[in-house]
Amino acid sequence: MEYTLLILLLPLATFLFLGLVGMKLSERTAGIVGTLSLGLAAVLSYVAAWQFFSAPRVEGIHPPVVAWNFEWLRFTDQLHIDLGILLDPISVMMLVVITTVSLMVHLYSFGYMKGERGFQRYYAFLSLFSFSMLGLVVATNIFQTYIFWELVGVSSYLLIGFYYTKPEAVAASKKAFIVTRFADLGFLIGILLLSYFAGTFSFETLTSGNASVFAGAAGRTFLGCSVMSWATALIFMGCAGKSAMFPLHIWLPDAMEGPTPVSALIHAATMVVAGVYLVARLFPLYYFETPEVLVFIAVVGAVTSLYAAVVACVQTDIKRVLAFSTISQIGFMMVALGVSGMEGHDGLGYMASMFHLFTHAMFKALLFLGAGAIIHAVHSNEMSRMGGLRKKMPVTHITFLIACLAISGIPPFSGFFSKDEILAAAFAFSPWMGWTMSVIAGITAFYMFRLYYNIFWAVPAEQEHEPHEAPGSMTVPLVILAAITCVAGFIPFGHFVSATGAVLPIHIDWRVAGLSVLIACLAIALATCFYRKGTNSLPDRLEATFPRLHRAAYRRFYIDEAYLFVTRRIIFGGICSGLAWFDRHVIDGAMNGLAWLTGRASMAIRGLQSGQVQQYAYVFLLGTLVLTVWLILM
Amino acid sequence: MNFLSLFVAIPLLMMLGLWLSRNMGQIRIVMVSGASMLVALAFGTLAAYLSARAAGDTAEMLFRADLLWFAPLNIHYAVGVDGISVAMLILSSLIVFTGVFASWKMDPLPKEFFLWFCLLSVGVFGFFISIDLFTMFMFYEIALIPMYLLIGVWGTGRKEYSAMKLTLMLMGGSALLLVGILGIYFHSAPEGAPLTMNILEIAENSIPMSAQRLFFPLTFVGFGVLGALFPFHTWSPDGHASAPTSVSMLHAGVLMKLGGYGCFRVAIFLMPEAAQELSWLFLILTGISVVYGAFSACVQTDLKYINAYSSVSHCGLVLFAILMLNRTAMTGAVLQMLSHGLMTALFFALIGMIYGRTHTRDIREMGGLMRIMPFLGAGYVIAGLASLGLPGLSGFVAEMSVFVGSFQHADLFHRVLTLVAATSIVITAVYILRVVGKLLYGPVVNQNHLALTDAAWFERISVVTLIVAIAAIGLFPLGLSDMISESILPVIEQLVK
Repeated sequence: MEYTLLILLLPLATFLFLGLVGMKLSERTAGIVGTLSLGLAAVLSYVAAWQFFSAPRVEGIHPPVVAWNFEWLRFTDQLHIDLGILLDPISVMMLVVITTVSLMVHLYSFGYMKGERGFQRYYAFLSLFSFSMLGLVVATNIFQTYIFWELVGVSSYLLIGFYYTKPEAVAASKKAFIVTRFADLGFLIGILLLSYFAGTFSFETLTSGNASVFAGAAGRTFLGCSVMSWATALIFMGCAGKSAMFPLHIWLPDAMEGPTPVSALIHAATMVVAGVYLVARLFPLYYFETPEVLVFIAVVGAVTSLYAAVVACVQTDIKRVLAFSTISQIGFMMVALGVSGMEGHDGLGYMASMFHLFTHAMFKALLFLGAGAIIHAVHSNEMSRMGGLRKKMPVTHITFLIACLAISGIPPFSGFFSKDEILAAAFAFSPWMGWTMSVIAGITAFYMFRLYYNIFWAVPAEQEHEPHEAPGSMTVPLVILAAITCVAGFIPFGHFVSATGAVLPIHIDWRVAGLSVLIACLAIALATCFYRKGTNSLPDRLEATFPRLHRAAYRRFYIDEAYLFVTRRIIFGGICSGLAWFDRHVIDGAMNGLAWLTGRASMAIRGLQSGQVQQYAYVFLLGTLVLTVWLILM
Repeated sequence: MNFLSLFVAIPLLMMLGLWLSRNMGQIRIVMVSGASMLVALAFGTLAAYLSARAAGDTAEMLFRADLLWFAPLNIHYAVGVDGISVAMLILSSLIVFTGVFASWKMDPLPKEFFLWFCLLSVGVFGFFISIDLFTMFMFYEIALIPMYLLIGVWGTGRKEYSAMKLTLMLMGGSALLLVGILGIYFHSAPEGAPLTMNILEIAENSIPMSAQRLFFPLTFVGFGVLGALFPFHTWSPDGHASAPTSVSMLHAGVLMKLGGYGCFRVAIFLMPEAAQELSWLFLILTGISVVYGAFSACVQTDLKYINAYSSVSHCGLVLFAILMLNRTAMTGAVLQMLSHGLMTALFFALIGMIYGRTHTRDIREMGGLMRIMPFLGAGYVIAGLASLGLPGLSGFVAEMSVFVGSFQHADLFHRVLTLVAATSIVITAVYILRVVGKLLYGPVVNQNHLALTDAAWFERISVVTLIVAIAAIGLFPLGLSDMISESILPVIEQLVK
């Protein structure tokens, strides 16, 4: 399957081409070049997926294929960074997800970005991102993951800051990069620790589940935890940064300053699930070596999910609602991985997590692209500027509704199936976890329908221009994604992806499913009652009754403020300014002081070299006299 | 005559040509042709070196030549190169080449400027090909002295003060170095045998431990001053801020590497036992340099100060890695020298070009330049990304080699220091993105800037050459890293002897 290299090279070549000569091309040509190359990569991905899954199983699993692997940089005889292409069930699935969403976004951007300054640059960056993300998922070793991890980070930085004349966009891009960089520091140290003990970066060895790989780490502890726990927890820190887990989530809502199609691609469907993907990739390592870290991951996922769901209920900017919803849904995926086992039905969580990753990518991209169409029509992100759009934008309305139903977990849409598996796995882990996640699923349905009603129903806002349906280049991707959302739930996902690779038949647990659908329906009913007409005063009264709670949730529980305090006051105001002052006044002062001292010392003894012969003769005579007297007396 | 001597001869011939030139056109012809020859020669040396190695020549230094020039002290003009010197020669020639284009419109006194510039190059190239301690030291001094005039006459701002400070501090370092070198010389051979200045011969004998303890710190600090070792780094911000563009490029790009190269080639190679014993002390100092420089860079407002403090941080990492005393980290150190040399030269070139247009280097007085000068803006972003260690550009390869190498030490002391040094990758991102955000993005601060032009052709040559070199190392590091790593081996053998 050597041709899979083309899946990576096509977007890379497009990036270089558009980056170097893009400005000389017309918008249309640049867009077509970008879209065609990505379309080709998508076709190749589908072929690869078909070929991979249709190959006969060996001992019950689809054997992983290393299509390419070459040495890129050698550190020691054992430790070397390879670049390669590893095809296994999850990487093939990701290839399909990434190229599909990316292709939709390429198409959609034709309409959305039309006439924007830097259209060519936009397509160049999209290609760069696609290349980096594809390289990340097919990595054969953890250092390759790290390399592409950084590259997706920088593509994200460039795309969030696409409107670089807007100060908010610049600040958001900076924040996104620095927060994830901080998390990546943990990732890097985790890699260094792991590779030191394992003597390799290769996933094959790291995830072999063979305890002897890490024999060198046995019994070594640091601050009360085993070194292995530190290593895997630090790697998870990198994942938490990329996947916006609490408390490293702060960059994602701000990242919405980027163009909306970018939010759909990077900040909803692909890059933000890289953390989930990496935990899944290293799952045997977590499961066999450090199960306690896996529990930690589940707890972090649940806390994040709850936090983001609550915050999403009170946001008024539609992209922010979707951003928090993304954070919350990624929390679901993390929980699913955290509660998962390995063999047979214990591995349900793993499968559910990947399944939800897949379905979520489709319906969340759909939601974002729909939101983009709406923003395009009303020229605002604020809910208050919308309302009553269902008649004016029928295609957007229907597709958006499908996505809302999917994310709320209403059958037969895809989200129902994947979320149900997650809930079943959570209940199997502990009833506490199961109930918590079910409640969060209910909150999800509530805020999604709050969003839906405020956009498409409620009271229409005054508009400068009459909103109208988006052009075909934008609605076609919506329809395609909606179609996928309608049918994706029926994919027998366990046949393709599971923790061990063996077939995992999916049974819908009707007790769990019934419960979750019931909760979702109740939440939707509540949202309908609150927001459908837009005249119900209950939400406002609730807000007035709990002003502090509302304010805190609206301000995201002041996490950003806490960060700002630490970075501005302590790091910038304290450490940086302090050190800069110290450098100029103490260190450099000492050097200048030395120079000054030298000057003073020479001033002091300069009188001796007056150049006056009389003075010299006088001193000479005096000296002779003293010597003579001294000699006589001796 | 040995072809390595051409590295010294070409700049000397360029000086002759400059002396004969009568106008700016002729000066440019001399400089461009000379610099191009140097680049060709450097790459030719690389080809010759690689083919000699491929042919199985395992000598430590290749293309050696030896000429006695002062018999009483047994001082030779001795030259030879290994993989590390070849890398440094390529770096130097590229910086000289791009420096010429960056000072295309030198004014006033262009002839005198380039004369000193060439003399500086003589020193730099001579230093990297020398394997005789005294000759090496002589070239080192030749490289330092012109700096005083280049900054004092052609500089900006508090140029007299900066020139004086830089020269005095570096001379102070040389003084220590001279004592160190003499110390090495007087212990270079066993009792009764003739003393020698030749590095390879000294390495075969071992210097007594008592002498090593005394002279290792002197030599290391002496070279370290030029490598911006904390707390002897304060010449760097002032010196760079005042120096004209191409001088900053050459100084930060190449001269600061003389420090790292010297620490490696002289201090560690010749006095390995003392290096092992005392490395902890200098590791702490260099570890401080790395984070201290990065933190200090975060609050600077002058573009050159930001870059100067960034250099303190990055060059600190070079010395830090050398002191880790293992092959991977040392390879990383050399890669970091190359990488830092190229990207800091790129930074200074771009800063010079921006300053030439806006007449300010204060980031508070600029903004939104990306829209006005997209070429220079994109160049600055690429330089910034290289600096913060983006994969695909040179900084990543160097930093990762350093960190992976440092992590091979399993004790807590080295681990903690590595962690501290590794935090610099986050802080670097902070100050780089801060500058990029303020300088290039956002609204245009000064409306007069709207009338400014983007880079001219000669400026583009300079920028593109450096970017290509940075990307080449970043994308295809294996051959380079292997070449360097192989040349580290003799030092490692010294260390385990």
